[in-house]
Amino acid sequence: MLRLLRRIERALVAACVAGGLAACATQSGTVVLLPEQGGRDTAVTVRQGDRTLVLDQPYAAADLTSTGPQPRASSAAEVDRRFAAALAAQPARPRVYTLYFVEQTDTLTDESRRMLDTVAAEIARHPVPDIVVVGHTDRVGSDVVNDALARKRAETVRTGLTQRGIAAENIVAVGRGKREPIVPTADGVAEPLNRRVEIVVR
Amino acid sequence: MGTSAQLRRRIAAALFAAAFASLATAADIGQIKVAKGPVTIERGGQTLPAAVGMRVQTADVVTTGADASVGITMGDNSLLSAGPNSTLSLDRYEFDATTSRGRFDASLSTGSLAVVSGRIAKQSPEAMTVRTPFAILGVRGTEFVVSAHAPTAAPN
Repeated sequence: MLRLLRRIERALVAACVAGGLAACATQSGTVVLLPEQGGRDTAVTVRQGDRTLVLDQPYAAADLTSTGPQPRASSAAEVDRRFAAALAAQPARPRVYTLYFVEQTDTLTDESRRMLDTVAAEIARHPVPDIVVVGHTDRVGSDVVNDALARKRAETVRTGLTQRGIAAENIVAVGRGKREPIVPTADGVAEPLNRRVEIVVR
Repeated sequence: MGTSAQLRRRIAAALFAAAFASLATAADIGQIKVAKGPVTIERGGQTLPAAVGMRVQTADVVTTGADASVGITMGDNSLLSAGPNSTLSLDRYEFDATTSRGRFDASLSTGSLAVVSGRIAKQSPEAMTVRTPFAILGVRGTEFVVSAHAPTAAPN
């Protein structure tokens, strides 16, 4: 692929030399930054040789030309017109569901057990679900104990999903122990929100 | 003459074995979630028809026909989707799921592509790039579209 791109580049340079510099500006594409849904910082840099252009506003665009990126403004209408098919083929965004547990156990809270039904129903709607179940604990106890508990919680949820009709081969279960508390606490603190399993559905 | 033919055969066998070994050990890096119309994957010299559910690997070249499109979810949650008459190459992909560190380089030589960046770009801005015939896009985040086509005269 890289070789092909380089060959195209070389052919263009050869054409330019033959035709004189004025004939050199050719265009081979456009890039448009789209608005960010979460309002986070977002940007794309466009590098060509030693030239760099930063697109950091919604619908900021650059035409990609042989003489460097040419900045301009695009619009929702242009994006819809030129990129409708690519955007329509976008896979569903990965979703994360969080379930909670009774302290020191792999028993789901009542509310979370009910939510597992909802999650399983959502997963069933995916044509090819790809699921990662990640177990976590609060910060009471040693790493050894919490690693085992986190793993057990993840397995419990995995089993719960398979009992609700989700194919086991599509689910990977892992434990992270107490390393990633959602609520930062001192070691040894019991925190219900940290006793959780996150189900990532892609 | 006989020796050189033998040598050629041996080299061919070695290359085949190497290609096969790399296929057998290559990790799956993403999955095709959406496919419409004729979509193919070029892998190790073979052209495979692509269907929803198929896993993609490093160095795969994904091609869509006229009226076709494809959507891929990568292991780091980045989403790539290509419109008709596109050629997208997954040149390099490394991802550590624990640290979110990694590297993802793709190329669009022709067609249209929509990108939502994932954990690699979030952890290390510009660790994800998309190469086009003229430029390299460094992805800080998160959503953009890019087209590529054979060079034509630029409007002045």
